[in-house]
Amino acid sequence: MAETLEFPTGHVRLGSNAGQPLTRRDGMLKVTGAATYAADNRPAGLLHAVYAVSAIARGRVTFLDVAAAKAHPGVVEVITPANRPPLARNPDEKAHGFSWRIEALQNDGVRYAGQPIAVVVAETLEAANEGARLLAPRYEVEPARIGHDRGEVFDPPVVGVGAEPNLTKGDAEVGHRAAAHHVDVDIETPLHYHNALEPHAIVAEWHGDRLTLDVPNQAIAIARSDFAGFFGVPAENVELRSPFIGGGFGSKAILNGPQVLCILAARMTNRPVKLVLRRDQMFGPVGHRGGTRQRLSLGVDEGGHLTVIEHHAQSTTSSFDDFLEPAANASHNLYASPAILTRHTGVRIDTGTPGPMRAPGEASGSAALECAMDEAAEAAGLDPLEFRMRNYAETDPATGRPFSSKALRQCYAEGAKQFGWAGRPLAPRQMRDEAGHLVGWGVGSSLFPNPMFQAEARAVLRADGTGLVEISAVEMGQGALTALAQIAADGLGIDVDKLEFRAGSSELPDGGIAGGSGHTATAGNAIFAAGSDAMGRLADIATQDPASPLFGAGNAGVVARGGRLHRADDESRSEPYTAILDRAGLDHVEGHGSGARNPADAEDYAMFSHGVVFAEVKVDPELYQVRVSRLVGAFAAGRIINPRLAKSQLTGGMIWGLGFALHEEGVHDPRTGRPMNADFAGYHVPVNADAPSVEAFLVEEDDRHVNALGIKGVGEIGITGSVGAIANAVWHATGVRVHRFPIHIEALLR
Amino acid sequence: MNVFDYVRPASVAEAVAAASEGDAAFLAGGTNLLDLMKAGASHPARLVDITRLPGLDDIEFAADGTIRIGALVKNSDLARDAAFLAAAPAVAEALLAGASPQLRNAATIGGNLMQRTRCAYFYDPHSACNRREAGAGCDARGGDTRNHAVLGWTDACIATHPSDLCVPLVALDAVVEIAGPGGTREVALEVFHALPGETSAAETALLPGELITAVRLPAEAATFAPNARYLKLRERTSYAFALVSAAAALRIEDGRILEARLALGGVAAKPWRARDAERLLAGAAPTPEAFRRAADAALDGAHPSGDNAEKIELAARVAARALALAAAGTPERMPALPGSVFAPAGVNANGGSVHG
Repeated sequence: MAETLEFPTGHVRLGSNAGQPLTRRDGMLKVTGAATYAADNRPAGLLHAVYAVSAIARGRVTFLDVAAAKAHPGVVEVITPANRPPLARNPDEKAHGFSWRIEALQNDGVRYAGQPIAVVVAETLEAANEGARLLAPRYEVEPARIGHDRGEVFDPPVVGVGAEPNLTKGDAEVGHRAAAHHVDVDIETPLHYHNALEPHAIVAEWHGDRLTLDVPNQAIAIARSDFAGFFGVPAENVELRSPFIGGGFGSKAILNGPQVLCILAARMTNRPVKLVLRRDQMFGPVGHRGGTRQRLSLGVDEGGHLTVIEHHAQSTTSSFDDFLEPAANASHNLYASPAILTRHTGVRIDTGTPGPMRAPGEASGSAALECAMDEAAEAAGLDPLEFRMRNYAETDPATGRPFSSKALRQCYAEGAKQFGWAGRPLAPRQMRDEAGHLVGWGVGSSLFPNPMFQAEARAVLRADGTGLVEISAVEMGQGALTALAQIAADGLGIDVDKLEFRAGSSELPDGGIAGGSGHTATAGNAIFAAGSDAMGRLADIATQDPASPLFGAGNAGVVARGGRLHRADDESRSEPYTAILDRAGLDHVEGHGSGARNPADAEDYAMFSHGVVFAEVKVDPELYQVRVSRLVGAFAAGRIINPRLAKSQLTGGMIWGLGFALHEEGVHDPRTGRPMNADFAGYHVPVNADAPSVEAFLVEEDDRHVNALGIKGVGEIGITGSVGAIANAVWHATGVRVHRFPIHIEALLR
Repeated sequence: MNVFDYVRPASVAEAVAAASEGDAAFLAGGTNLLDLMKAGASHPARLVDITRLPGLDDIEFAADGTIRIGALVKNSDLARDAAFLAAAPAVAEALLAGASPQLRNAATIGGNLMQRTRCAYFYDPHSACNRREAGAGCDARGGDTRNHAVLGWTDACIATHPSDLCVPLVALDAVVEIAGPGGTREVALEVFHALPGETSAAETALLPGELITAVRLPAEAATFAPNARYLKLRERTSYAFALVSAAAALRIEDGRILEARLALGGVAAKPWRARDAERLLAGAAPTPEAFRRAADAALDGAHPSGDNAEKIELAARVAARALALAAAGTPERMPALPGSVFAPAGVNANGGSVHG
């Protein structure tokens, strides 16, 4: 990897601060409780809103005891469909490609259990809670449709966010005829609920027609514009503050009904209102990962090469809107095959509408693909890693384009070495530990696309040599405040300790979406461009000033580094920023920049982060409890801005995969549709004791096409590969292929 | 509103008096009751805070070998008491296999006996539940039944008792000391929890106003200390209720089992003492075959209450394994993963780090 990277203007280089394993700049604030999350805001005169939820999954509300709720001391307002003031935008209208229908009391209909059916606003949280309870709703109930077999199946026009639902490349029939081995695998994955530790929360306050919002949000500019749209005010009238997010995972990228209802409550009462979801309310109107039922049909020839990949994924969505987990698309870009056929169907059930949840499609699709690949390797009598390498895609299988960069082969080698894969017996049930537990090793390839969004940034160099960079970037635990500040400091050629970094507010330049694992790339490029712009201005001043040792160097002839401008051709000739600005009588110079993908590169290259995960599991030979004793990942994801934070993201993703494989499952009662495990005691995610050894290794990759800084993304890829690796290791330990996630003890019992 | 009186009596007598009228509940660690109140599954009219009652937080070792555990002793304190660990290692192991460190620091021994089932339909106020309202029906039947009973259930209720602690306690003949309006009395833990009847009414032997003051282990409990284990099957390594669990304790002499104790958790509305299994083992050699026969006897009469038939075989295997672990000897140190299938077995087991 290049030590430094010159940006187009040539004034600034990435690599002084970027690339360092800095600890989190906001760590102290977080561990001391000084970081302010949305629900921590308590403006004067604050009211509390609690919404009543539907206990039925389909039908309508026939009665609410509004009088009882209103009579309760402390209750200020009760909002129901009967008195809810009009909104400027219909909640059932989809305003743009990134908006979904919400429940904002538009009528008395019920579309899923947990739907808001009324809002009680009160002086205290306790009074609001009691008011909501006193509403004692009655219903006209229609039977709930839960599960793939009870809902209406349909062909979706798009899957995920605007993706094509079907792909046909090559001739599947020819592929099947050419195959010596056939594998058909049916995989089922359950509903997952995001369940960030910080629940959804919002504090809304109106000042005339100006609105301030404290709300965790991964897509600040879009959200501001959408909130403004619902209330008929210009977007610039809305100030959205989201300095810290306690986990988003995609759930906080999409506007939801409870947020709109809180803003409405603030307007109706003309007081600031806070609404915080209870844990059980996180299982309804704020998105989830739809359940999937997937079938993979693979053909493999005598040489162990794939002749065809067919992947059909059916995903659950709500009865009234579409978000289809684009699971089959996981088969598009990973393994070479002359024929690839993917297809999606949807099934309408009575839950809230799913949404993007960390690695939407990639997670569930990779789980199925990697399991099927393992079964194909077994059918071909090949080591599963060898089988994957035989089917290595040198160019993008779906489009034929070259990869902007792809160090997957190095990942395979590094991961196998670190894990100690060599010598793995082909057959299952061959290894035991000293305690007699079955031991199994499994592998899965990791793949995640590198989308970029649009972002803008502003950079200021002050007369005292310190810098300020502003962008509405989003810190949601992933370390954006640190990694982006490292890029910002390099953009201004100063030490990161001299940089003030402002983010998380709609009053700052649009930082784009913190999603799709594209935030560092998108915001980072904007930030670096802004710094570069500022340095270009500074270079103009210095090189045109006869008093400067840089005079006459020409604008392109200086480089910014360590708080000084240097002559590019003679680094000994330099001058501190402070002196340049002082002589010029300026208190600052300012630059602006934007970040987005170069459209030509987007046309010419396929862009992905790659990796591999190896899992070791131990399984009790009689009781079949599973323990993931080791997870080793190796990932190539372009330029790594902060290896400490990148590894944290990657290992976090791998542990998420562990939860997918063994724990996470949203259970809805099949009769009522109500979620039956809507708390952390019932909805299991891994704990520390479940993950005794998780390691991520970084493989260098120098990508000149993905974006100017060569940054890919690390936020979601760790999940992919991990689920399949664990399931495959469970097979290798036990000889049992479990095709339904999470893998329960009962499914292994023999 | 959840309007309730809150009283903080200064003595056991005052506490009993305060709880004898109306619909009262004692509040100790609050780790279960407060959740139930928030969920709307429990609506006591009066909370009687017993956390500051004097004299209920001692662990007493009597000269005759009896161990008396005050009702307000915290789970974590009991589990880490060296003398208690030496005398009743399976009880300590069960305690450490339960909940999370934070909950164990708050939860009390008396409260553990009084915790309610974790049946999701009991917690969900919109589901019919005979435990919440006698005669209302049971929506768990036909619902999601993975965690439900295979022993001692009726059409009225298929819930399980969630306690880990109670499983070894009932195996070791623990006795519940009770103070009430009529004075003090004792009830064997084995009959303290009730199996559901036709309508699933009373859950415990406590009468209105009665307060658990202590749990007592008889002197003979310690005679099992060299061969006593608790085993808890679950998919998450910590902070998960047992799919099934078992406590096993043996007295072995000259290669023969003199006396065996076996109880199962997660299979019934009470900690399930398996006396038939114990009788089969008395005098037998400690072999895998003998343990499996005993385990099958323990599950005699078991039948699925829903889609949970595998649980019967699993429970038998867990019981047999717990007996085998007990026969192998109590580890010298508490395993790093207490109660886990992945805890090392045997007297020389290494109690290394969780990350080992």
